[in-house]
Amino acid sequence: MAIDNNTVRQIAFLAKLKVEPDKLEETKEEFNKILAWVEELREVNTDNVEPLVSVNNESLTLREDKISAGHNAKEILANAPAQEFGYFVVPKVVE
Amino acid sequence: MAEYIITTEKGKWEVICGLEIHCQIISKSKIFSGASTEFGDDVNENVSFVDAGMPGMLPTLNEECVHQAVKTGLGLNAVINKYSQFSRKNYFYADLPQGYQITQFEYPIVGEGAIDVDLSDGTSKTIRIERMHIEQDAAKSIHDMSPTKSFIDLNRAGVGLMEIVTKPDFRSPEEAGAFLKKLRSIVRYLGTCDGNMDEGSMRCDASISVRPLGSDELRPRAEVKNVNSVKFVMQAIEYEAKRQVELYEKGETIEQQTRQFDSVNGVTKFMRKKEFSDDYRYFPEPDLPPLILTDEFINKVKSELVELPDAKKARFVKDLGLTTYDATVICENKETADFFEKAAKGHDAKKVANWLMGDFFAMLNEKKKELKDSPVTAENLGALVELITTNVINGKTAKDVFAIMAETGENPEKIVEEKGLKQVTDTGAIEKLIDDLLATAADNVAAYRGGKVGLFGWFVGQVMKQSQGKANPQVVNELLKKKLG
Repeated sequence: MAIDNNTVRQIAFLAKLKVEPDKLEETKEEFNKILAWVEELREVNTDNVEPLVSVNNESLTLREDKISAGHNAKEILANAPAQEFGYFVVPKVVE
Repeated sequence: MAEYIITTEKGKWEVICGLEIHCQIISKSKIFSGASTEFGDDVNENVSFVDAGMPGMLPTLNEECVHQAVKTGLGLNAVINKYSQFSRKNYFYADLPQGYQITQFEYPIVGEGAIDVDLSDGTSKTIRIERMHIEQDAAKSIHDMSPTKSFIDLNRAGVGLMEIVTKPDFRSPEEAGAFLKKLRSIVRYLGTCDGNMDEGSMRCDASISVRPLGSDELRPRAEVKNVNSVKFVMQAIEYEAKRQVELYEKGETIEQQTRQFDSVNGVTKFMRKKEFSDDYRYFPEPDLPPLILTDEFINKVKSELVELPDAKKARFVKDLGLTTYDATVICENKETADFFEKAAKGHDAKKVANWLMGDFFAMLNEKKKELKDSPVTAENLGALVELITTNVINGKTAKDVFAIMAETGENPEKIVEEKGLKQVTDTGAIEKLIDDLLATAADNVAAYRGGKVGLFGWFVGQVMKQSQGKANPQVVNELLKKKLG
């Protein structure tokens, strides 16, 4: 499977990455190299093999329903580029 | 069932609709972090570093959220999947600090189920559930505080959600409305979600398409997002189906798309073309191994299940003699059903139901009080009905006694005793009142005997008045008939 420049543009858009037009070709080649490697992996016969989601076969450990965090709005907001009235402030996102 | 068909000059159309409902899980802490889920606290105070998407922070799954999800699944008569798994749904938006939502994709915790809904024509219909999965809620954005900025409060980010997806089984707005009410009733009985659509703890998306009646094709659908009341969901389906029919009849096509409901004008508006799930680039959540449930865990949840509305309703009809309608109304809300059961204990249940749904609810409405703050207790309502069925007071006096109960919270026996309201059933005393009346109203007696039988009611009224409303009306009727001949 190989991808074209349009797919690169689409992936960059979804990932909110800016790929300059003169970098498109190079990025496409890099993607295709990775895909070629994955293609090699596909040569292994995996019929009747369940996908391995985790190398750790243990089930998830569950946490008791207790409040153990919060009440630190100042720290939570410490890295915010902009804040007002205790809110994070971002350029208007209108539905 | 009454069919819902859109008929135009050109043809007949059928509506196909499925719903997705997000229910906020009732738990103390969030689904993947230890921050509180409390609604209405100070801005950004219920936020952990996990919720804020700080690098290196790891999610840990809240046991209570799993418990609540399994309970809800059982309430939806659904398969509980012992193996489930979390996935990342990737998208960028200001209300999602991680840049992805932890949700479930291929392996949801709850599989197929079904619930029955009751329709206004007395029939019922089974609505199939496709699946239910658990995931984290996004933050709350406020857009109306500034013309150029949006304000983000992360308190809601990471609160547990259950997303329930139905099969496309709805053929009318009414069926969708009935389903939402039933679902809300079930989660409230179970205590897994408070079901408040106006506060956003239960939110509904509707997928709507239409097709010519009799065809089995599936046409592109419009998904109407975040409709926040039962009535609005019904309006949105009605409007959107008509809109699509009009477009098709004009020879136009419809693309799969996302729309929003404008509740002020009752219309749906275009938001965006539907994104494909490829765009979300789902992949298994690397920070959480699969969730494996044991039979022991599932059985424990099963053993904690309360009687659900359908079972309660059936019992009220069968054992207590209520009509299906009365039982449906009383069982919609667990608090009402519990109050009724307490009031009806040892008394005439049908009469208690009449009082509850009539004078009692009217009183709460008038006083703008919730059931739990009612001045009339369940025991006192039952006692009042008992006084009527044992002929201690008549129906009219009962209304006066009830009015006093609503003001003072006193028990009815005490009110009847203190105010001397006991019904007069002593025939001698009533006979005396009648004799006195007939003696003073000779003209009317003559007129009645001459054929003006309509005067009978006047005689009854006069005797009741003389008795200050305490005479047993049945006895008065019988004696009057005898004496007037």
